[in-house]
Amino acid sequence: MALVPLNHILALSVILFGLGAAGFIIRRNIITIFMCIELMLNAVNLAFIGFSRYLGDVDGQIFVFFVIVVAAAEAAVGLAIIIAVERNRKTLAIDEMNSMKL
Amino acid sequence: MLPLFYIFGAVAILAALGVILQETPVYSALSLIVVLCSLAVVYLLLGAEFLAVIQVIVYAGAIMVLFVLVIMLLNARRETTSDRSRMARWLGAPLLVAFFGQFAYAVWKHFSGWEAVHTPATGPQKIGEVLFRSYALPFELTSILILVAILGAVVLAKKEI
Repeated sequence: MALVPLNHILALSVILFGLGAAGFIIRRNIITIFMCIELMLNAVNLAFIGFSRYLGDVDGQIFVFFVIVVAAAEAAVGLAIIIAVERNRKTLAIDEMNSMKL
Repeated sequence: MLPLFYIFGAVAILAALGVILQETPVYSALSLIVVLCSLAVVYLLLGAEFLAVIQVIVYAGAIMVLFVLVIMLLNARRETTSDRSRMARWLGAPLLVAFFGQFAYAVWKHFSGWEAVHTPATGPQKIGEVLFRSYALPFELTSILILVAILGAVVLAKKEI
């Protein structure tokens, strides 16, 4: 049972992170931008699990566990903020949210 | 095992392209669910069974349902394109590809030829042992984090703010 080479795992992780970062920049909808953040978090999780497998150490998986917990909390608070912003400004376009004042 | 990794890695990359290239948020969310599920298969191949299951249940199940719910609640339609500068349009993508290409090349070269440890220390039992011994304090702190997140979400979603 051949194991996947570590550099292939990390290349997939870098590509997914790059796509997430690109989407973060090019998208103009605040919910899609939020999903691109989740994509980047998942790319980092993949790198953690790859290293965990190669070092034979379970600590990397514990970190992924914590990242998933933080992502869940972040999604709850972030989506609540998006709902509050949408209620006040009636828009989801990030270009129209260019000032901190409500 | 190797072909499965490449198949699901390719699926993940294509679906990630779908996330960032589609202009309707619901399609982006559905593509992201495909990314998460194919990454769960990759985790399974790397011997992280527990996290593969957690990925499907928590990420694809709970978090993405929240996203789709908010998209439908706010009735998010196709986004309006903004007037970007010409320089950003022509220079942005090549510079991004160059940056991440170089990053990927450096990672590829530096980590080629690593040998894996033969006995992977995995499994829910091992994770539980480490989580409740070495990482007991961070584990308890995450419960406070989740409590704060719940309170924050409730306060932010109230009628007047």
